[in-house]
Parts: sequence; C-alpha cells; structure tokens
Amino acid sequence: MLAATENVFKALADPTRRAIFEHLSRNGEQTVHALTARAGVSQPAVSKHLSVLKLARLVRDRRDGRETHYRAHPQALAPLVDWMSVYGKFWRDGFDRLEKLLQRMDP
Amino acid sequence: MTAAAPTRTLVIEREMPHPPEKIWRALTQGALIEEWLMKNDFQPVVGHRFSFRATPVPNWDGVIESEVLAIEPHSRLSYSWGTMGMVSVVTWTLTPTRGGTHLRMEQTGFPSEESASYKGATYGWTKFIGNMERVAGGLE
Repeated sequence: MLAATENVFKALADPTRRAIFEHLSRNGEQTVHALTARAGVSQPAVSKHLSVLKLARLVRDRRDGRETHYRAHPQALAPLVDWMSVYGKFWRDGFDRLEKLLQRMDP
Repeated sequence: MTAAAPTRTLVIEREMPHPPEKIWRALTQGALIEEWLMKNDFQPVVGHRFSFRATPVPNWDGVIESEVLAIEPHSRLSYSWGTMGMVSVVTWTLTPTRGGTHLRMEQTGFPSEESASYKGATYGWTKFIGNMERVAGGLE
C-alpha cells in the first residue's frame, strides 16, 4: 500500500499529468491523439506521462487498431482520499435523514 | 498491503427520542432503509449478501457490496461495506436510554498508512483532492 501511495503521489506531482488525469476522470475514455490535441505538449511527451500514470494504476489503456484509448481508474486514488471526512459527512447527513424519517414513522 | 495494516475507525453517535424497536425497523426494513440511506436488497439474516445502490456518477457505478455480519434484534447490526476497492465494516449499536435510544454507528477499516502525513505541507492539492473526492466518493 505504501509503495502504491508513493507511485500515486509521484505521478500526480506533475501538473501536466494531473491535468490529463482530471480530464480523463471528467470526460471518460480518450485516445492519445485527443489528449495530445488539448495537452499542449508533443505526443511522445503525452505518451510518457500516460505511462507514468499507468504505472501508478491511475489510468488503464485499451488498444483498438492503431489507437490506444486511456481511461481514468480513480480507485487508485483511494490511499489519498480522506475517507474519514468523506464518510463522516455521508453518515452525519444519513443520521439527519434517519431522524426525519423516524418523526414520520408510526410509533 | 499486509494483513496487519492498521486501520482507522469513524464513530457517529446521537441520542434519539425514539424507542430502539422503532429505530431498528428503520435500520433493517429495506423500504425504510431506502428512505434515509439508499436503494437496497437488505435482509436481516446473517450471511445474506446484498447491495446498496446510489445514483451512478462518472467512474463510480454507485454500488456498495455488503454482507450481513451480525444481527441482535433491537440492539446490534453489522454489515460489510465494499466499494471503490475498499472494504470496511459498519456496525450499529442501539442502547435504550430514559428518553429513547443512544444510536451509535461505527465504520472501521479505513486505510491509515502514512498518506495523511503527505497531506497539507508539501502539496497544495486541496482543490484537486476535493474534486477527486467528488469523483471517487460520489456518495450522494
């Protein structure tokens, strides 16, 4: 888990890679060509960034003819996300809804 | 990941002016669970596998895979909670009080390795991580 976390942090320490990863997270699967068109760097540079993201398991790839398609694999972010605060809010909101439900229920 | 990896626990407790039997119904009847939590096919039977289903968001199918681990009517309920490649355990404890019930929810099994110490100082990632929580968490 620690090694995986380090890879994730290294991969995302670079702003171009961060931008590529966020773009894939928001917009779904993209080809290397499409990513190059908006990244503002050369295709070999984009491919290199993608291989670093892939090593950290942040993206997955799929060959389709001559094109390689990449998609985000956000589960790899798990070590980074503060699950305690995400779930803290989730359950507090749940308790609120539960209390409202209890007020409506028969005794 | 080693079997001995330490984990962290989230606890939320609240006093509720309702008897344990009534709260138990809201925690164990599928239609009532759906009203305050999520769609589900829960059955109050130890070993029953079921899922909670939220509205899917990009990169999260909205499914939480669960199994009933413990049932003690009107006092204790426990199920696993697996999603986004992480499995935790949710345990509800109901204790009668003078005015109703003390309800306690404990969720345990969060990774607790050093990721927290990376945060803050070195990387100005708050916004990025906030965005990713919405993608990765997508719990509402």
